[in-house]
Amino acid sequence: MNKTWLAGVAGLALLSACTSANDRPETASSTPRASAEPASPVYESTYRAFPGVLTAITGATVLDGEGKRIDNGTVILADGKVQAIGGADTPIPAGATRYDAAGKWVTPGIIDAHSHLGDYASPGVDAHSDGNEVTGPVRPEVWAEHSVWPQDPGFTRALTNGGVTALQILPGSANLFGGRSVTLKNVPARTVQGMKFPGAPHGLKMACGENPKRVYGSRNQMPQTRMGNMAVNRQTWLKAQDYKRKVAKDPNTARDLAMETLVDVLDGKILVHNHCYRADEMAFVLDMAKEFGYKVTAFHHAVEAYKIADKLRDAGACSAMWADWWGFKMEAYDAINENIPLVHNAGACAIVHSDDANGIQRLNQEAAKAMGDGKRIGIDIAPEIAWTWLSYNPAKALGIADQTGSLKPGKMADVVLWNGDPFSVYTRPERVWIDGALMYDANDPKRRPVTDFELGQPGEGDVK
Amino acid sequence: MKRLLTLLAAATALTAAPAAAQTVAIVNGKVAIGDGSAPVDNGTVLIRNGRIVSAGAGVTVPADAQRIDAQGRWVTPGLVAGWTNLGLTEVEGVGDANDSVANQSPFSAAIDVAPAVNAAVSALAITRSRGVTRAIVAPDAGNDIFAGQGALVDMGNDVDAVFKPRAFQFVELGEAGARKAGGSRAATFVFFRNAMLEARDYARNPSAYGGRDSDALLMRLDAAALVPVVEGRMPLAVHVERASDILQVLDLRKEFPSLKLILVGASEGWLVADKIAAAGVPVLTPALTDLPYAFEALGATQSNYGRLKAAGVKVAIGELGGQPRNTKQSAGNLVALQKVPGAAGISWGEALAAVTSAPAEVMGLGNDFGSLRAGRRADVVIWDGDPLELDSAPVTMLIDGVQQPLENRQTKLRDRYLTPGEKDLPKAFER
Repeated sequence: MNKTWLAGVAGLALLSACTSANDRPETASSTPRASAEPASPVYESTYRAFPGVLTAITGATVLDGEGKRIDNGTVILADGKVQAIGGADTPIPAGATRYDAAGKWVTPGIIDAHSHLGDYASPGVDAHSDGNEVTGPVRPEVWAEHSVWPQDPGFTRALTNGGVTALQILPGSANLFGGRSVTLKNVPARTVQGMKFPGAPHGLKMACGENPKRVYGSRNQMPQTRMGNMAVNRQTWLKAQDYKRKVAKDPNTARDLAMETLVDVLDGKILVHNHCYRADEMAFVLDMAKEFGYKVTAFHHAVEAYKIADKLRDAGACSAMWADWWGFKMEAYDAINENIPLVHNAGACAIVHSDDANGIQRLNQEAAKAMGDGKRIGIDIAPEIAWTWLSYNPAKALGIADQTGSLKPGKMADVVLWNGDPFSVYTRPERVWIDGALMYDANDPKRRPVTDFELGQPGEGDVK
Repeated sequence: MKRLLTLLAAATALTAAPAAAQTVAIVNGKVAIGDGSAPVDNGTVLIRNGRIVSAGAGVTVPADAQRIDAQGRWVTPGLVAGWTNLGLTEVEGVGDANDSVANQSPFSAAIDVAPAVNAAVSALAITRSRGVTRAIVAPDAGNDIFAGQGALVDMGNDVDAVFKPRAFQFVELGEAGARKAGGSRAATFVFFRNAMLEARDYARNPSAYGGRDSDALLMRLDAAALVPVVEGRMPLAVHVERASDILQVLDLRKEFPSLKLILVGASEGWLVADKIAAAGVPVLTPALTDLPYAFEALGATQSNYGRLKAAGVKVAIGELGGQPRNTKQSAGNLVALQKVPGAAGISWGEALAAVTSAPAEVMGLGNDFGSLRAGRRADVVIWDGDPLELDSAPVTMLIDGVQQPLENRQTKLRDRYLTPGEKDLPKAFER
């Protein structure tokens, strides 16, 4: 049934592409657009890796981020990439700066799939409230990156305390369609483009449940109910399908920024990140995705994912979760501490996310709590497996797993050297490399970033 | 009715083991007293009538004592959550189920959370299962700088959670207070001074105090509630973050010398730690605040706790707006700072004290609870690992010497969904 239906959609897409190609008069003035993409890429990443040196970390317990553990391991970083990973017998290139990491651990940098840093920056004054375009429930035209304040001290805390090397900034959850997300490398920059993860696809933030219906319902505006949420969602997808057909037929169709985002979702170029707590609502969203031919990359918050872990596995949707946030609103009432291990155990994709400027500093600790709660119900998850929740799985959900998220030769050297077992509360990052450049060193006050905002303020340059 | 209750009580006593009146010995434990000292192996905790008799090494166990073998595991006092709304809230985001703030009330200082505390809220059982046995419960301020009177509660599985009502008065004197007082800190301090003076007026002649039917600003009951505060019989917990605000609060005692101050928050406390220490004012502070989340917290750092402690301040962990279940995680993180160059960490023993005896001492009740020293309430936890570690949890818990269940609606949901799919009947039939 599904297969036939999907084949039908593919056929239609092919047909419309052919039609438009044949019908389109080729003139100098017309700018042909295959889809709803802007005529030329804009707001492109200007991020460039900072210089690093040939680096050898030896003697560490190494977790590769994809499920492999090496005791007394060696990791070699060169030219911004992971050059080699292996046991004690791994050859150390001549001239390498060596770190003896006996008793310490090495992991890929942590990737937070859900952050609002920069969009809700510190200090949290109204002037910094840039995360929700609460002027209509459907705002796919807004881009989170246009709100990000790169000076937010939250970024540097996430780096130095959390070992976070990349993160997705999402618009908030007031809207059904909240806008485009952006993935950043956690490297301080003067501009947001200077932080943008090169080539990372945009995400689309969607939200289920209480937030949209509360925000607009309180204004006596649709949606006021969960059925209203679904109705506005479906009507919007119908509009997107119409727009897609129109553009295919007539490339000179007036641009519509909102529809461009949605068409890119339908074309698989933008990944859907859907804030959704309850199992019943996630099931509706999966049905809606089938109805309109898109894929849900990840449900975020997903506190009831454990109730439908089998369905999420079958749908290939990730769940980005907290370890133990509970009960703060009705749709979080059924949260349990074993959510992450139960989702993982069912064979579904589990991600530990923060959605919080403080939580992002301790995502490894959130994973550790989940491991402990899993173990007590007989789901004993090894550290090398649990680390996939923190780097590889989020990298997959952000569409950057071919470049980062694990310590595979050729991938970006986004690496954390921890001063102990990173699943222990007594451990902190000692050094963090991003693209092979040493961006944090606990032993060197000069390798500790201080944002513009913090200059001249109480505690400037403090360990924090 | 009375007879029924007696019968019920008797039935409970039979099923609950051990009961409060018994002598109980927890033997063969790695016992940490909670007073800052290091744990001792093969220790014993002896309990009689719901109180600690003795704890540590070389404790003689009476022949009639009920023995609980800790099998070498960690044994500590129950954790004390430093600043919570436990018992006031079932679901925070549902107004009907949230009694932590009274935004529309004409009253302020007179508000007393004790009658609002519900021992049956899910949060109590859930927090208990994470090792917390007692908590400081504070109201949030509504439309006045005075939030009202907080209580001390226990997490026991019974109908009565409050063991010390009206334990302190809570006032906002920082940014939040400025908003409530009309827009500035300057106005906040005038409002506060006026309130203290009116409380004195009330104390001198209650029948002459008109409240708002005269030219007074405080309602009669609010003025009455502030009498023990201005007279120093009830601690005044003051929420401030900024260093300059802290100094202003310490200065209040020049005019109102009896004030028994407790600083709450105090993110920038480390900048004036010597002055806080000299004033002898205790501090309840979150462990992990390190972002300039507000202009009053520009100097926030995770080293605040360690630096206050090093300066000689009596300090304990209290999480404003934090989750009480994370109490031990907060403490453990302060231990981690010992290994970070330039940071001020604390020892493991000090960290355990930060979430056991220290909050009790800040409240002036260190003789009553919060440690395993003789005479304290017998709140004891046996853990399946290092109590401050992330993957550890209680296996056995006693509150007032009575063994407690560790199940709650979360564990029941978990058990129902150990496998997500449905079997012969819908999930609603699985219990």
